[in-house]
Amino acid sequence: MLLTNLATVALAGFVGFFVISKVPNTLHTPLMSGTNAIHGIVVLGGIVLLATGVADGAFSKALVTIAVVFGTVNVVGGFLVTDRMLEMFKPRPRGPRSSDGTPSQKQDRPA
Amino acid sequence: MTIATIFLLSGSFRSALYILGFGMFIYGLSGLTGPRTAVRGNRIAAAGMAVVIAGTLLRPHVDNWALIVGGLAVGSAIGIPAARLVRMTQMPQMVAIFNGVGGGAVALIAWVEFRSTHGYDHTATYIASFSVCAAIVGSVSFWGSGIAFGKLQELITGRPVSLGRLQSPLNGALAVAAVACGAAIVSGMHQEPWMVALLLASAGLGAALVLPIGGADMPVVIALLNAFTGLSAAATGIALDNAAMIVAGMIVGASGSILTNLMAKAMNRSVRAIVAGGFGGADTASVAAAGAVASGAVRSTTAADVAIGLTYAHQVVIVPGYGLAVSQAQYALRDMAKLLEAAGVTVKYAIHPVAGRMPGHMNVLLAEAEVPYEQLVEMDDINPELPRTEVVLVIGANDVVNPDAHANPQSPLYGMPIIEAEEAQSIVVLKRSMRPGYAGVDNPLFLDPKTTMLFGDAKASLVAITEELGALTGPTGAGSRL
Repeated sequence: MLLTNLATVALAGFVGFFVISKVPNTLHTPLMSGTNAIHGIVVLGGIVLLATGVADGAFSKALVTIAVVFGTVNVVGGFLVTDRMLEMFKPRPRGPRSSDGTPSQKQDRPA
Repeated sequence: MTIATIFLLSGSFRSALYILGFGMFIYGLSGLTGPRTAVRGNRIAAAGMAVVIAGTLLRPHVDNWALIVGGLAVGSAIGIPAARLVRMTQMPQMVAIFNGVGGGAVALIAWVEFRSTHGYDHTATYIASFSVCAAIVGSVSFWGSGIAFGKLQELITGRPVSLGRLQSPLNGALAVAAVACGAAIVSGMHQEPWMVALLLASAGLGAALVLPIGGADMPVVIALLNAFTGLSAAATGIALDNAAMIVAGMIVGASGSILTNLMAKAMNRSVRAIVAGGFGGADTASVAAAGAVASGAVRSTTAADVAIGLTYAHQVVIVPGYGLAVSQAQYALRDMAKLLEAAGVTVKYAIHPVAGRMPGHMNVLLAEAEVPYEQLVEMDDINPELPRTEVVLVIGANDVVNPDAHANPQSPLYGMPIIEAEEAQSIVVLKRSMRPGYAGVDNPLFLDPKTTMLFGDAKASLVAITEELGALTGPTGAGSRL
């Protein structure tokens, strides 16, 4: 079990490294808040402890419920705020933009 | 129970859902490589999260339904409005606090595991070890992120709070105390005070690590704490034998590490120096330097002159800094750029990797003001174009255009990659005053013969320039949009 899990650790680390290193600088803030949302997956740990009845006693249950709340804030807030940011980066084809110089035309000044 | 129901509630089906879920994480994140696919990518990752949460609840018997649903509901009730209402300038503290609660969840889960197994009694040593690691790192991350949030939100001072030479020994002592408690627990101390002491020592360590770090270095710290939380989530995954948590945690750990290194490099500092509070002394230096700047050699200019210079250019490159965001001048800037484009001038934005308060922050702020993504040019791509750029407009940026980073080996910025504004044919700097930047270093660019300074609030200056431009370009240029 430990060995399988350590193999998962190594492989996931590599995959993460390769996927993330392709993201351009311009999108690093959404990347950070997006990956931030993903580590909210710890909410699973809280759910498992509650669902399997491992957490016994009022104090333990209270602690683990707070953990579920925390994890949910992390997941839900993180994904939503990332979505809000990325919507802003979307090209707006029908926007009120007129006659903007395309980036390729560098030297076309009207005399 | 039908056979189908039994299968749906079985561990194999749950594993299948987990694999589907983290496949969606990876596929979704790979969508973040471009602005067109990014929105979909993020939603796919979010759907992946929904799949693994649903999978976790598919069990033959689920205890504590009320607490689970209640926790999810309360968390959503807090997270949704927070995410909807936050301003884009406040994004760094938002990421810090979301990161903090994630770390807090990790620490709490480890604590409950400790309690429910009576101090890891009859638990494999490696499980206890990973759980203890998660408790330490999660607690450090929670308190560190909390302090970072407080500093960025200006609830506590943004200046470094440090014990000076006692700081490193204190941090060391707290780290040793936390690890010692952990070792004691793993080697068979089952009493709860050990765990509480471990959490307290880690909490102290988190606070002691972040308090001495100044506001300018905070983005690196957030990226680092993000990586920490990811790794602690992976450790929790090993302790709970949950593959989805391991994969997700490792992805975050990898991305956090990459971003931390990248930011530190762009700010010309090592991660170790930042964490050791090595930049703490700079704030006193900046106060001293502020008075010492020679003001005689500086040429100041007027909005009308800037407007004339801009209309005669083929290409104008704008270098925005955090000062732009502070005065909420993105919209005024966009209006000015639109007028220039209508007059046939090519406008580009040169984005330094650390412009703003976290990596890529400036891009978000400009995107919010509907500046087209194509006009945002990264540092390495814009530098070769600068020698044939007539006007560089530096707005609220300072250290990222400091030529000393290339020319002066004595400068603390020496070696830092910069936007080479000094290569342009003329430079206009919009600045509130002659105060040096965050690093507290004088900027020779301001004394360059090619440079003129337009003093004042960035937004007011941009509005004034835009008005002058409107008058200059006349009804043909301005009339179509006014």
